[in-house]
Parts: sequence; C-alpha cells; structure tokens
Amino acid sequence: MTEAVLRTRKLRKEFGKGDGRVRAVDDVDLAVDAGETVAVMGPSGCGKSTLLHLLGGLQRPTGGEVELGGRRVETMSERALARLRRDRIGFVFQAFHLMPELTAVENVEVPALLAGRSPRAARTTALDLLDQVGLADRTGHLPSALSGGQRQRVAIARALSTEPLVVLADEPTGNLDSAATAEVLRLFDRLHRAGQTLVVVTHDARIAATADRILSMRDGALVDQTVLAGAA
Amino acid sequence: MGRLLLVLRLAWRDVRRRPVEAILALLVMMVATTTLTIGLALNDVTDHPYEQTKAATAGPDAVAGFLSENGAPPASAAVDAITRLPGVTAHGPLMPMAHTTLTLGRRTATVQAWGREPAGGDPVDRPKLTSGGWVGAGSVVLERGFADALGARVGDHVTLGGRSFRIGGTAVSAALPSYPSSLCHLLCFAGIAPGPHAFDLGLVWLTPADLATVHERTTPAVVYLLDLRLADPAAAPAFAAAHGRETAPFLLAWQQIRDADAGVTRSAQTALQVGAVLLALLAVAGLTVLAGRRTLEQTRRVGLLKAVGGTPGLIALVLFVEHLALAVLAAAAALGVGRLLAGRFTAPGAGLLGSSGPATLTASTVAVVIVVALLVALTATLLPALRAARSATITALEAPARTPRRHGRVIALSAALPVPLLLGLRLIGRRPARAALATLSTAVTVTGLVTILTSAAVNARDTGGLHNLRTERLAQVTTTITVMLLVLAAANTVFLTWATVADARHASALARAFGATPDQVTGGLSAAQVVPAAPGALLGVPAGLIVYRAVTQTSFSAPSVAGLAAVLLGSVLAVVVCTAIPAGLGARRPVADVLSAESA
Ligand SMILES: Nc1ncnc2c1ncn2[C@@H]1O[C@H](COP(=O)(O)OP(=O)(O)OP(=O)(O)O)[C@@H](O)[C@H]1O
Ligand SMILES: [Mg+2]
Repeated sequence: MTEAVLRTRKLRKEFGKGDGRVRAVDDVDLAVDAGETVAVMGPSGCGKSTLLHLLGGLQRPTGGEVELGGRRVETMSERALARLRRDRIGFVFQAFHLMPELTAVENVEVPALLAGRSPRAARTTALDLLDQVGLADRTGHLPSALSGGQRQRVAIARALSTEPLVVLADEPTGNLDSAATAEVLRLFDRLHRAGQTLVVVTHDARIAATADRILSMRDGALVDQTVLAGAA
Repeated sequence: MGRLLLVLRLAWRDVRRRPVEAILALLVMMVATTTLTIGLALNDVTDHPYEQTKAATAGPDAVAGFLSENGAPPASAAVDAITRLPGVTAHGPLMPMAHTTLTLGRRTATVQAWGREPAGGDPVDRPKLTSGGWVGAGSVVLERGFADALGARVGDHVTLGGRSFRIGGTAVSAALPSYPSSLCHLLCFAGIAPGPHAFDLGLVWLTPADLATVHERTTPAVVYLLDLRLADPAAAPAFAAAHGRETAPFLLAWQQIRDADAGVTRSAQTALQVGAVLLALLAVAGLTVLAGRRTLEQTRRVGLLKAVGGTPGLIALVLFVEHLALAVLAAAAALGVGRLLAGRFTAPGAGLLGSSGPATLTASTVAVVIVVALLVALTATLLPALRAARSATITALEAPARTPRRHGRVIALSAALPVPLLLGLRLIGRRPARAALATLSTAVTVTGLVTILTSAAVNARDTGGLHNLRTERLAQVTTTITVMLLVLAAANTVFLTWATVADARHASALARAFGATPDQVTGGLSAAQVVPAAPGALLGVPAGLIVYRAVTQTSFSAPSVAGLAAVLLGSVLAVVVCTAIPAGLGARRPVADVLSAESA
C-alpha cells in the first residue's frame, strides 16, 4: 500500500453552543492513499460536506488533525490555506460555482494564474483540460451559455488545472440529470485510472461504484467501510 | 504577471458585465468631484483680475471720503490732515460724487456720478478707457460692467438727474468695486438707503461742472473723494482703520474694494455650497444602492476566489482596481468639466481687466479632487474587502439570495389592488430600505429645485429686470446645479429600478410564469419607485423653502404656486419615465433565461 496523501486524526467539528450544539463531524480517523478514490455516503445532514470542507481547509476543525501531503492543515494561516487550496487541492461543488463573467477557458485558468503561472502556460493547460473533458468547442462560452453537465465539466477541469494532490468533490452530480451524470462518471473513472487521488461525497450509487472504498457516515461519524472488488 | 492579468481581467470583466452600474458609479463620483472642482476654483477668483486692473489704472491704495451735507467741499485743513499722514506718498485731486438716477430708454438705475476733470492724467487712479473718449462737457463715461448691464454703447444718450448726456466712452477703474458690487459710498455712510437696488449701483464719470448741473439727486449730500498712494500698500487696511472716521473722512483700503469685487461670486458660492451638499446627499444615496446591490454578488465572488486559492489581499486588490479605475476616470472627467464650468463662473466681468479663466485650476485643486476621488475608491473598497477577508469561504459561497423580509400586512393589503400596484407594494415590502432611498433621493432633488425656484423669484423681484452680473452668475450656477441634480436624481432612479429589477428577477419571472403580463410586471417595478417617490417630492417643497431661508439673509418671496406644482408633478412624472426603461427591459427578459441564470 502506498503512502497516505490525506489523513485525519480525531477530526471534530461543532457548530453552535450549549443546547443548540451540533457535532457535524465526530472523531473521524481517515487515511486516503495516493491514487485512491474514496466515496463518502450517508443521509442528508450527517456531516459529509462539513468533512470535505475540513479536508480542503475551507473550514477549521474544532479539534483533531488534518494532514495533506505530509503537512498539517488545521494550524495553517489563512494565507497558507489559500496557497494550499490553489496548489494542492481541487474542489468540485454541487452548484458548480463558476465565475459568471469569465468564459469556460478563463474559469479553468483562474487557479493557475493565482498560482503565478504565466498567462500562456495557464491558457495552454486550460485548453488541454477542456479538451480532456470534451469541451474543446465550448472554450469561449460563458457559463450561462452552457448546460449543467457542461458547467460541471468546466468546474472539474478547473479543479485539475494546478495538478492537485487531491480532488474533493461534493455531490458533483447532485444538480445533473442522468445523461450529464454519466459524462461526469466517465470523467471520474478516467481520473481514477490516471492515478488522481479523489474524495467524492455522493448520493449516487453509480458514482460510488467507481470508488476503491465507500465510507458510510452517520451523525458525523464514519460507521462503515466497504472495500470494493477490483480496487487498485 | 499571471496574477496581475487575473486581477485586471476580473476587474475589467466585472465592470463590463455591469456597464450600467459602472457608468452610474462613475457618474455619481463625477458629479460630486465636479462640484468640488468648481467650489475650489471659485475661491479668490477675482483677486487676479482686480490686481491687474489696479496696476493698469494706477488704482489707489486707499480712498478717503468727506461727506458734505450741503455740497460744499471740505475745509482744506481737513484734507491736509489726510494727505500729510505718514505713509501717504501721493494723492489725487479732491473729486465730488453724488447719487442720482440714470435712464436709458426704459431702463432706470441708481448711479454714483463722479466728477473728474476732462484733462485727466492724475497721479493716482487713471480710469482706463475701453472704448470712446474721456469725459467732456455734456459727455459722460460709464463703468464698463455697468454699461454692459445696461446695454449702453458709446454715442447713446442717457438721462442723468433730468439732463440728457451723450455717452462718450466706457472705462474700468480700481478705485471702486465694479458693477454690480459697487459700494454705496455716500448714501450708506450717510445712513440713507438709495432705493431697492442698494447694492447694484452703477458708476458714471462726468466733469465736475456737469455734476453741478445734475439736480434731482436722490440726496442733496455730496461726497468728496481723495485717492491716496501709500508707501506700504499691504498695510492699507491698518492705515484705514487707524485714521478713518465714520464720516469725515472715511477711509477705504484697496483690499476692501477687491473683496467687494469678489462679492460678485459670493451668491454663486452660496448656491454652490448648498448645491454641493444636496448633490453629495444624492451621491451617497446612489452609492448606497450601488453597494447594496452588489453585496450579494461580491460575497459569492469572494467565496469562489477563496475556494480556488485567492488570498484576501488579492480579493481586495480586484475590488480596489475596479474602484480605482472608476475614481481616476471620474476625477479626470470632473477636472475637465469643472474647469470648463468654473471658467464660466469666474470670468471677471466687464468691470475688471484681464481674466481668471482656467488658470484658477491650481495644482492644489487638482490634488484635492484626485485625493477625494481616491478616498471614495478606498472607502468603497474597504468595507467589502474587510467583509471578504472575514467571511468564511463556505458561508460566502453558499450565500443564499438574502431572504427578503416578509411584511404580512403589505401582502394582505396589496391583494385587493390592481396587479401592478400589488406587485409594486410587495416589492417595496421586500426592500423597505431601498424604498426609503427612493424617498430621500426625490426629496433632496425637489428641495434643490424649490430652492432654486425661490432664488429666481427673489431675484426677479430685486433686480427689476436689469441685467446684472451677479444674478447672471447666480443663474449660471443654479442652472448647472439644477442640471446636475436632475442627472443624479435620474441616475439614482434608474439605478434603484435596476436594483429592484435585478432583485425581483426571480419573483417577476415567477409572476409571469403564473400569468402576469410583462406590462403588469413593468408597472409593478415602476410603482415600487413611484409610490415612495411621491411623499419625497411633497416633503421637498417645504424643505426647499426652509433651506432657502436658512442660507440667505435677503427677504423672502415665495415662488409661484404654479411653479411649485410643476416641480412636484414634473418630478413624479420624471420618476415614472426614468423607471419605465429599466423596468420594461427587466420585465421582458425571457422567463427561462432568468430561471436558468440563477444557478450559474
Ligand atoms: N454553518 C453551520 N452552522 C451550523 N450548523 C451547521 C453549519 N453547517 C452545517 N451545519 C450542520 O452540520 C450538520 C452537517 O451538515 P452537512 O452540510 O455537513 O451535511 P451533509 O451530510 O452534507 O448533508 P447533505 O447531504 O444534505 O448535503 C447538519 O446538521 C447541519 O445542520
Ligand atoms: Mg452536503
């Protein structure tokens, strides 16, 4: 087994105070190996999104540790977190979250430009990624001129643009119909085979079926783990 | 390099995506900075021309006056007492001056008739001819500013105190403030009001012999003037204070004459100051709407940038670049426009030589305007930037369209109304603060218009219709302010509607999905502006009258009811017109476009 890229120890996140306190993530110990695809499933409100936000440094934990590529995340400064997000993590959201005023290719190159790459290199990479997600003919379109599935593929291309250590996806097909879901599914499958480390929160059994492991979550805790046959 | 490109791209795209908002922000900043430019440029505007005139006419450093109740010249001992004072290096002859009435055609003015020898060539105060020749028997010279105001030309005949004279020439002088700021030398020192136009006295030079034939004076008194040259002109005010009496003699320092000349722009300055306050209020209202409109969108953008690795600093930079570009543009435009306009307000008038024109746009004015524009940009950046730095990425990203407040009573009440009013009232209920801004904006505009209307009514009463540099300048200023008020108010209204349209996009699309026609939706969007604007307009009428009374000392004369009614109805009508276009455009967007754009 390879070295864990992403690891948590006793990870905990609480919201609110006193009686209204919610323990959204409860003592989660997790290790994701390089090249592994992990699916997280569970009922609504069990803390899946919160876990993903903690993994990606979008939220700070109440307790416990997060380690990405050998570096502790939860103690980082805001600035360091920003750098981490742009260099080592790729996010894919259910609601796409593309910048409406930028074209597809411009959206994809944002992280690379933020990372200080030259405009030309950023553009080349972005065009290449859009080609890979099957949108070579849509590079100049604004998000408003794209279908939901196309928007999500642009978002996936954006997540890959700085060759992140890990891609974190939160219900990437939650807003898509089954045809668009199939496209995204194929993409994730290809990423998986290319050795991209991937953590996907999903309700969709078909997406989960492409993973190496399925983690089940309930009331903030990991309660079960299924290692799928044929896992790498 | 790449980061810079990103910052510029994001800033530029944001501006391009919302061109109307960018233009409105520009406009709002521009109006404020333009007013500032003019206000600054009007400071000390007449100094320069006055000093030019003084140099060109050997103007006196001080003028002594001896009041004579019976017309006899003062005792030579009294005159000597002045001319032998330490510091006096030269003096002119003793010259009589009396008040009388001048008539040209059907125009009549109170004038100061000043007796001067036809030979001229006095050591102090040699009025400079600007046309025609100097005084002679039966031939008078008019001060140029006064001649211009009268429309008098060389060769015309005027009646002075019942006798007809030919106008032999026009001239300028630094010995008295030029029309219409003429000091009321004689009558006011004697405690007699010369009629309704106490401050708009004309000046006429004629020979002492002719002056003696001018009867029908407004008073039998004569004042004898003595022009003085001082060793230290700068100390003239101290000299006048030390040796002047109330009547025999009174002493006037050249600085007082200069300041009286500057009085031409004083009413304009007052108007400008009031206007600047009103315009600033409108500008703040406009920027508030602008900021409120963008908050949600900016919050999402910030969350997005943070999620893909942008630092708070970068986000602040994008915002700042955007505002900075707008501010620099606004400042540049304001300086250009302000320079042009200020040049018009500061033309010295015919009573003085030279010009103050665009030269009054000093480096410090430019600096102040630019600094103010930059401060506006910084302020506009600071709050969102701080908010962006503080906001948790996830909260920002998932910021829901701010849930509108629910006003059950408004909803219940509006149910009984026609559809447009129903929609309009419900829109107001969703955003009461915005409705309050609509009320404020209209109230401020109407306040300004009513103030201007009042000042016009007062002027018409006071000047008796005689063309007058001061009232003309006041008219210029008020016209400019009116235009700016209207432009800004229109921009605010369009912008408020635009914000309402954008805000109500989803609701409007839903209303249409359930069968409301585009016209009903347009009507609703318009009603959301007109309903709060109407009480604002009503409020503005008394506010305008109060503002006028508060800032002017002159007696008050109310504008006509018809004028007030026109302002009231006109402003409400203007709101209707201004809302129609954005509302109509907003209401006609295809429903599907709107609903699908929501999730971009
Ligand atoms: N900012 C917050 N403040 C307070 N409570 C929160 C906050 N974010 C999440 N929660 C609570 O934490 C719990 C976990 O939320 P989370 O969004 O992680 O669930 P989820 O598993 O992603 O649900 P879903 O499948 O519906 O997306 C929920 O009970 C939620 O109410
Ligand atoms: Mg979730």
